[in-house]
Amino acid sequence: MNTTTVIVGSSIGGVRAAQSLRLEGYEGEIILVGEDAELPYDKPPLSKAVLAGKAEESSIRLLTREQAEDARIQLVLGHAATGIDVAGKLLLLEDHEPLRFDNLVIATGASARPSPWGQRPGIHVLRSLDDARKLRADLLKGGQLAVIGAGFIGAEAAATARSLGLEVTVIDPLPIPMSRIFNPEIGHWFGDLHRNNGVTTIFGTGVEAIEGEQGSFTLRLTNGQKVEAATVLVGIGAVPNDAWLGSSGLLVDNGVVLDEYCRAVDAPQVYGVGDVARWRHSKHGEDIRIEHWTNAVEQAACVAYNITHPDSPRAYTPVEYVWSDQHDWKIQVVGRVGGNAEHITIGDPETHGRFAALYTSDGVNLRGAAIVNWPKALLACRRGMATGITVEELRETLQPLLEPRPKVAL
Amino acid sequence: MPVVKADLQACQGYANCVVGATDYFDLDDDGIVILLRTEVPESERARVTEAARSCPVSALVVED
Repeated sequence: MNTTTVIVGSSIGGVRAAQSLRLEGYEGEIILVGEDAELPYDKPPLSKAVLAGKAEESSIRLLTREQAEDARIQLVLGHAATGIDVAGKLLLLEDHEPLRFDNLVIATGASARPSPWGQRPGIHVLRSLDDARKLRADLLKGGQLAVIGAGFIGAEAAATARSLGLEVTVIDPLPIPMSRIFNPEIGHWFGDLHRNNGVTTIFGTGVEAIEGEQGSFTLRLTNGQKVEAATVLVGIGAVPNDAWLGSSGLLVDNGVVLDEYCRAVDAPQVYGVGDVARWRHSKHGEDIRIEHWTNAVEQAACVAYNITHPDSPRAYTPVEYVWSDQHDWKIQVVGRVGGNAEHITIGDPETHGRFAALYTSDGVNLRGAAIVNWPKALLACRRGMATGITVEELRETLQPLLEPRPKVAL
Repeated sequence: MPVVKADLQACQGYANCVVGATDYFDLDDDGIVILLRTEVPESERARVTEAARSCPVSALVVED
């Protein structure tokens, strides 16, 4: 029997769902739908190599037309999904006839949270390839860059702009920005990292208004301070692209709500993948949504398996993993960190040029880790999270590996 | 038999491959991938290909 799987969303989660279906031997039709008219592309390089001009756009393509044809993946690009008729098994599209499906994969991702200080030329967000092109064009004009938000995107873009020779100011309302994810000690190190690389940081202060126009903005801060900037980047998080599901009858609550097998709780032939998916993580015992590249890839593989093995589906229980490259730091986070978890830190940036912070919630077992510039520690933590390991066992493994390293002269 | 190939220049030590197929991939002290085996029996193609595709910088490929 010939079945059809329609995948909505042409970023990493959607593309990998399509490829993994073929890998699992799926013989039916696969239709990959994207709102973006661009051929699918990878997003992590946008704030780094693409913004820096070090990567050709062709090098970040996730799927070429030839690869799509070889894998019999039909592309419908440049058409936004507007709704689902779940009972009729139809996906509704803008300026395109509805698509009939047997299985539907929702992979519409997330969008940059828009600037609450006005949206006009020179005020940017960074999420899509087109965003990166526009921001790069403005950076090349020179002048000060103001980055609002010291999260991963803002920090990476600030580092890239420094590498292009721009003066950069990063503003964040939190006194220690990364303390949201880690803890104050490590958060301070991130602040030092930026300042040591010539970034001006203004933390613990919000933005009241952005006045002026492209090339000569003035940011008015909540402490009365004013910051001049030619270009502004707003990096204040992302919101899941789930508004289009409003009329579908599917349960939506900060993402489409899925069971432990990543099937919509009210429509088992509808699956979700990536930033838009809130699923039941049976090991954590809660519904979670993760906006990370590796999660989209792993969830896509799981959904492809479950579509092709409907009688023996796999529960999706990943160990979280995310990375960020800022200046000369490779930051990698495994499992669950921060919050109220206790932690120990092995190594430090000044003496060793590397460190690992190990987190535990019961005082014994590893719950998560944050690692900078230390591949062996990353591997030990990822393996340990998969099989179970105590913080003490890890400390005994990692501590002897630490040697003071001379700082590289600049 | 399909074989797995690594681009050692591209590898950035993310370790996704090791997590995906720990019997095929490891990392050296500098965080560069080590191939523990290169030949991939047909029965393992899906698993090893998924592990290779989980590389964020596309440093791994399974080829016929």
